Amino acid sequence: MNLTLYVWRQKDAEDKGSLEKYDARDINHHMSFLEMLDVVNEGLIQEGVDPIAFDHDCREGICGMCSLMINGRAHGPEKATTVCQLHMRHFKDGDTIYIEPWRAKAFPVTKDLIVDRSAFDRVMQAGGFVSVNTGGAPDANALPIPKANADVAFDAAACIGCGACVASCKNASAMLFVSAKVSQFALLPQGHAERKQRVEKMIAQMDEEGFGNCTNYYECEAACPKEISVRFIAKMNREYLMATIAK
Amino acid sequence: MKLESKVPSGPLAEKWDKHRFESKLVNPANKRKFSAIVVGSGLAGAAGAASLAELGYNVSCFCYQDSPRRAHSIAAQGGINASKNYQNDGDSTWRLFYDTIKGGDFRSREANVYRLAQVANNIIDQCVAQGVPFARDYGGLLDNRSFGGAQVSRTFYARGQTGQQLLLGAYSALSRQIGKGQVRMYPRAEMLDVVVVDGRARGIVVRDMVTGKISSHAADAVVLATGGYGNVFYLATYAKGCNVTAAYKAYKKGALFANPCFTQIHPTCIPVSGEYQSKLTLMSESLRNDGRIWVPKNRDDKRAAADIPEDERDYYLERKYPSFGNLAPRDISSRSAKEVVDDGRGVGETGVGVYLDFADAIKRLGKNVIEERYGNLFQMYERITGEDPYTVPMRIYPASHYTMGGLWVDYNLESTIPALFVAGEANFSDHGANRLGASALMQGLADGYFVLPYTLGNHFARAGVSNIKADHPEFKKAEEEVKERINKLLSINGKRSPDTFHRALGKIMWEYCGMGRNATGLKKALQEIPALREEFWQDLKVMGSADELNQQLELAGRVADFLEIGEVMCYDALTREESCGAHFREEYQTEEGEALRNDRDFCYVSAWEYTGVGKEPNLHKEPLVFENVELTTRSYK
Ligand SMILES: Cc1cc2nc3c(=O)[nH]c(=O)nc-3n(C[C@H](O)[C@H](O)[C@H](O)COP(=O)(O)OP(=O)(O)OC[C@H]3O[C@@H](n4cnc5c(N)ncnc54)[C@H](O)[C@@H]3O)c2cc1C
Ligand code: SF4
Ligand code: FES
Repeated sequence: MNLTLYVWRQKDAEDKGSLEKYDARDINHHMSFLEMLDVVNEGLIQEGVDPIAFDHDCREGICGMCSLMINGRAHGPEKATTVCQLHMRHFKDGDTIYIEPWRAKAFPVTKDLIVDRSAFDRVMQAGGFVSVNTGGAPDANALPIPKANADVAFDAAACIGCGACVASCKNASAMLFVSAKVSQFALLPQGHAERKQRVEKMIAQMDEEGFGNCTNYYECEAACPKEISVRFIAKMNREYLMATIAK
Repeated sequence: MKLESKVPSGPLAEKWDKHRFESKLVNPANKRKFSAIVVGSGLAGAAGAASLAELGYNVSCFCYQDSPRRAHSIAAQGGINASKNYQNDGDSTWRLFYDTIKGGDFRSREANVYRLAQVANNIIDQCVAQGVPFARDYGGLLDNRSFGGAQVSRTFYARGQTGQQLLLGAYSALSRQIGKGQVRMYPRAEMLDVVVVDGRARGIVVRDMVTGKISSHAADAVVLATGGYGNVFYLATYAKGCNVTAAYKAYKKGALFANPCFTQIHPTCIPVSGEYQSKLTLMSESLRNDGRIWVPKNRDDKRAAADIPEDERDYYLERKYPSFGNLAPRDISSRSAKEVVDDGRGVGETGVGVYLDFADAIKRLGKNVIEERYGNLFQMYERITGEDPYTVPMRIYPASHYTMGGLWVDYNLESTIPALFVAGEANFSDHGANRLGASALMQGLADGYFVLPYTLGNHFARAGVSNIKADHPEFKKAEEEVKERINKLLSINGKRSPDTFHRALGKIMWEYCGMGRNATGLKKALQEIPALREEFWQDLKVMGSADELNQQLELAGRVADFLEIGEVMCYDALTREESCGAHFREEYQTEEGEALRNDRDFCYVSAWEYTGVGKEPNLHKEPLVFENVELTTRSYK
């Protein structure tokens, strides 16, 4: 199939950037979306045009590196699918596709489709851990954890830190990402000792990074490739309330 | 050069304790005076960096991704081994040790493997304490499964995302130390050289992948935890950025490269669908617990799977290995798949694949049980192939997955360059000629959490604080060399992109140094690789400049190094005139086509010394001495 692409090109963080038009020819429907871009890039190189820069690594939907807005949707049209796992069979001959980077104040564009998501790392550094040093941990089975809690904690822990939730939110809120980590630890006994300070610190850092507020549009949940539930946002709000009341 | 393994004397089970006792300690007040560079933030790197920082050392950590959380370890699916014996099925440290050394076809060091088995249980404790959500049973205790040819259930898992959850645990420990200022993290930073001063590793040269700036970093010790080099085959289950560059630069600076030809080809990956393919996706081996592998008995049988009657199917693993059946070890399963495909009995559009069929399991256990066990994998398969594995058997084929070979290290994980340590998949130490399932995660975390903190401490205490800083002339020299090479890559101005060379190399490696190898083929590869390399340096085209984010330039640098390591792999495969583990030399097989190991002549580690590009490297041998296990022929019949 043949496609028309409009791709965001921006030389570096300072550059203004613009959408450029490219043709994608002879695309096989078994290709992944990123393989389609590889083919386009190979053509650009042959023409002497700077290839399109985009983030990717594992190409199997788990590292969270890939991050494209496709026709205005984070990770494209397929539900619960990262863009590296999106295949061209979901497009048809003659389609026009707009490809843009994540857009959020806290995620400045580095080049073309690549953004800087280090704000997520700083939120994690503020409290996304259990303070336990290496060595001296008790036997792993000394602490039974009800399967139901462990399962929900896992649902939260499945977040890949891609940032699609932020990119798809009108307010560029990071609530889904932050609440996933807060909830994972709030649901597990290991996380209890630091429960209050964790939620406070992570939220404070989230605000400092310039992420917006949550006004319950739930676009984040719809875009999330790991189907992280907005129930975790409610859980984080409760955790936060409890922490501040305790003060 | 004499290779000293530095394995402590005494009974096997007491070696590690004894070694720790004999190690010198750094006074707590002095720890802050020492610094370590950790390259890599995968399981080995993140665990090591965090643990060293917790002890009070100053750590700098580097990774090429935009965040340490994205290291390739994140992609591991199946699980991690330990001999907790929670299932009461007869597991023990000794059994885990024995299985691992036997699985490696007796080409690894006893003492290292035993230590690995010893600390494995601590890893599980540590991870649970961090909040890693391992699978649990209804009583709230940890669940286990049997995995990758083990006859006990010793594998801990977190759905199909064990690597992700373990890495996020290590990343959280690392993040805590970054937040405290004890670790300085450098993401989007590519290490391009090791700096050696007076015979000791003193630091590294790094390229900032956003600005292109080249900078030097000095420390009292350098740890490489940069993962495996399996992307030398181009099509692999590795993340696209995985590379040999860090390890290769160390090799060029004098570190020996051990057993480079020991590379693992994983039996259960989704087959190639076309020329444009950029990577292959692994389907967790746990699928083999319930799936049955088969091909048609007749050649070129084009019927749909469902139309092939039971008596015209060849369940070849069950037939050849009745006691292990579909769970036969990876090397054996992969090779058997190649055999039937070479015989013209492969399935799918390309004929390069075999069936992994769940029909019987679904009949026996019900669709919901299968969905609970493998739901996410089935989904992933469907997403990629567009076929529903609940109704049509999966198609699988082997792909490059892991490298047992790596930089040579002694018992302390120190390479032949003093003060240069190597951890995780980047070293060669624990898996011999073949790695068992769920033991790479174990080794990465063992190295990072439980070995490096001790052996680096001992190193610091003995060597004292280094007074060499990053402005030393050797650093400047290394920086200049790095810049020169980058400029060279950019100035060739030929016609071919780095990716096309990478693909071409991959084809040579897969053909001649893949699942089956022979002298004629390897010699051919040893002619084709240098020719391709020559062409690379004549006809490469890299767009853009050195001082910007330039993905083509990054790739070109990595491909250049793959074009050299590929040759070392072929030399290694050519000189190892035996079949062992994943290294199958077609000339050395039994009448039934099984690997023929030669303990009399090849019971050693091959450690290669760099002598110049395109020159045959020097071979050094570390004899393997087995005092505690008897060398037996692996039999999975
Ligand atoms: C699909 C898949 C599934 C797997 N499943 C399992 C499993 O179920 N069980 C199991 O035990 N094993 C499994 N493995 C193997 C296992 O995941 C790896 O061997 C292990 O995670 C490697 O960890 P590591 O820390 O050594 O390296 P990696 O996780 O590969 O980390 C390498 C690090 O080094 C950095 N780096 C590399 N080069 C440079 C450079 N030049 N400059 C700067 N930084 C650099 C990277 O940024 C990264 O942070 C699997 C592997 C694959 C591919
Ligand atoms: S919550 Fe979902 S969308 Fe947001 S970072 Fe995590 S995985 Fe990505
Ligand atoms: S590239 Fe890793 S999730 Fe898409």
